[in-house]
Amino acid sequence: MPEPSALKITIGPVPYLWSGEKWRDFYYRIAESGHVDAVTLGEVVCSKRDHFTRPFLPQVVERLTQAGKAVAVASLSLVTLEREAVQTRRLATEAGLAEANDLSALRALAGKPHLVGPFVNVYNGATARLLAKRGATRICFGPELSATSIASIIAGAPEIEYEIIAFGRLPLAISARCAHARAKGHTKDNCQFVCGEDPDGLDVDTLDGQPFLTVNGVQTMSRHCQVLLNDLSALARLGVTHLRLSPQHCDMVAVAEIYAAVRDGHVTPEEGIAMLNTVYPDAPYSNGFLHGLAGMEWIAA
Amino acid sequence: MELICPAGTPAAYREAVEAGADAVYCGFRDETNARNFPGLNFTRDELRQAVAYGHARGVQTYVALNTFMRAGHEDTWYRAADDAVAAGADAVILADMALMDYVSSVHSNQRLHVSVQASASNVDAISLLVESFGAKRLVLPRVLTVPEIANLARQVDCELEVFAFGGLCVMAEGRCSLSSYVTGQSPNVQGVCSPASHVHYRDDGPEMVSELGGFTINRFGSDEPAGYPTLCKGRFHIAADDGYAFEDPVSLDVMEHLDALRSAGVTALKIEGRQRGKAYVAQVVSSLRAALEAPREARAEKLAQLRRLSEGQRTTAGAYEKKWR
Repeated sequence: MPEPSALKITIGPVPYLWSGEKWRDFYYRIAESGHVDAVTLGEVVCSKRDHFTRPFLPQVVERLTQAGKAVAVASLSLVTLEREAVQTRRLATEAGLAEANDLSALRALAGKPHLVGPFVNVYNGATARLLAKRGATRICFGPELSATSIASIIAGAPEIEYEIIAFGRLPLAISARCAHARAKGHTKDNCQFVCGEDPDGLDVDTLDGQPFLTVNGVQTMSRHCQVLLNDLSALARLGVTHLRLSPQHCDMVAVAEIYAAVRDGHVTPEEGIAMLNTVYPDAPYSNGFLHGLAGMEWIAA
Repeated sequence: MELICPAGTPAAYREAVEAGADAVYCGFRDETNARNFPGLNFTRDELRQAVAYGHARGVQTYVALNTFMRAGHEDTWYRAADDAVAAGADAVILADMALMDYVSSVHSNQRLHVSVQASASNVDAISLLVESFGAKRLVLPRVLTVPEIANLARQVDCELEVFAFGGLCVMAEGRCSLSSYVTGQSPNVQGVCSPASHVHYRDDGPEMVSELGGFTINRFGSDEPAGYPTLCKGRFHIAADDGYAFEDPVSLDVMEHLDALRSAGVTALKIEGRQRGKAYVAQVVSSLRAALEAPREARAEKLAQLRRLSEGQRTTAGAYEKKWR
């Protein structure tokens, strides 16, 4: 029976638009964290943002690799334009290890070891098996899967590794239309990168003031931050191998430390959650999807 | 271009055939299709009869099995595919890659269409599905402009079908978990979005409040019709303003672009609305059929008839026009 201590910690791609320098410095700090085993990075939300971080990518990958982190570069999740298709193909040939977030990347990566990100629909073991045969070595689950589904998927292809978003706002939808630009009086084509004004996303509340969703460029995210600290033992038992911490605008090195401390039994999940509340108090926490409920629900241990 | 019409019931199927559909799409009465609504869809017997009825009149039947197979319950989807093939379906419309794999290996002669839910929006994604599973046609997600569709059509080795009229998904289809975040039920798995079981209306002074899963999706003044609380078409507070943050409660209408879609190389136009009544289906199909066959100058009048069907409701050409983004 796998112990929680075997769970590896990965940092997922920064979902938001941060300046290139801020993005670089974020990963330089991650490189120094002893608790992070692997990093997947790259622009997954909007290709218009790519030029902010692209110049820093080689040095960031080098720094992380030298620090002993396993690095993968993620593909864009919604590919419609010619240049996006070209970029996705290039990723498959140039990146050491790539994470596919669209069927186009899966085609380009066929026969070569690669990761599958949360934007490729893997809802059952038969699909996991199919992807494993094509070269997938690790699959990061999409947000809406329950523990029951996860167990069944892993049973379908037990020879590969599995990752789950254990911390962070969940990516719930993506559109050709940019709600973020629209909310600030722009169109997508002339967006002036206004999503960069909101490094932790833009709040969407209901007309009755209920915190509801988060807009991040063309992506819609949960308002709640998924926190699976109560569930680490269960995840290990299910066969999950990696915990993905999805960057929020907070001290992610501290977040990694907390997850490692709970994983290793140095603090209880309750203590870990209390500590997390001091590091990232900006969102309510949720874990409903894992429990087969609405994603925004919170099930206490 | 072929006209592909929805049928939520056997009666709507017959109406669509009479009204001039080239093909009718429908699904079984369970979670294997993306319009899994109470009282809708076909039993195995009804599907067999519908296929025969269509064939006798030169009309094809496409069976939508376009949800993703729920882990541990894959057999439900495999049996549905077997039964659709046995019933004589002219095509099955699939979203799940493992189900495509099953159909292409077990029923290798069965014509396979890729559902919009598969979210294949570019040449490589489409080619993957054509090469791996022998897909003959792909229904495009509503994320592309007409020129982008034309560009794709030149590069892919399969037919393209696009949505022309009816409901509009604001989010890329097959990639939306908004409904399950709020209600626990999603288009991808249960085949429902913003399900009626989670809808609640309440009066608040002069206003009517529509809720989904306990969240306020809209508030309507006494002079406004209260619409259904589809999650992405509600009014919310964003960036210091109240408004339709994602999309107004509009429906899709691409009549302005019929000629452009035809010259783009689009094979088929799809009408959304398996949940709509048979009278609606018949009117949409016959108006659209007349519009497609009318000379260009006479088309406006035919389309005006069609527009009256979405009266009281605003329409948009959505992503087909770049300005929508």
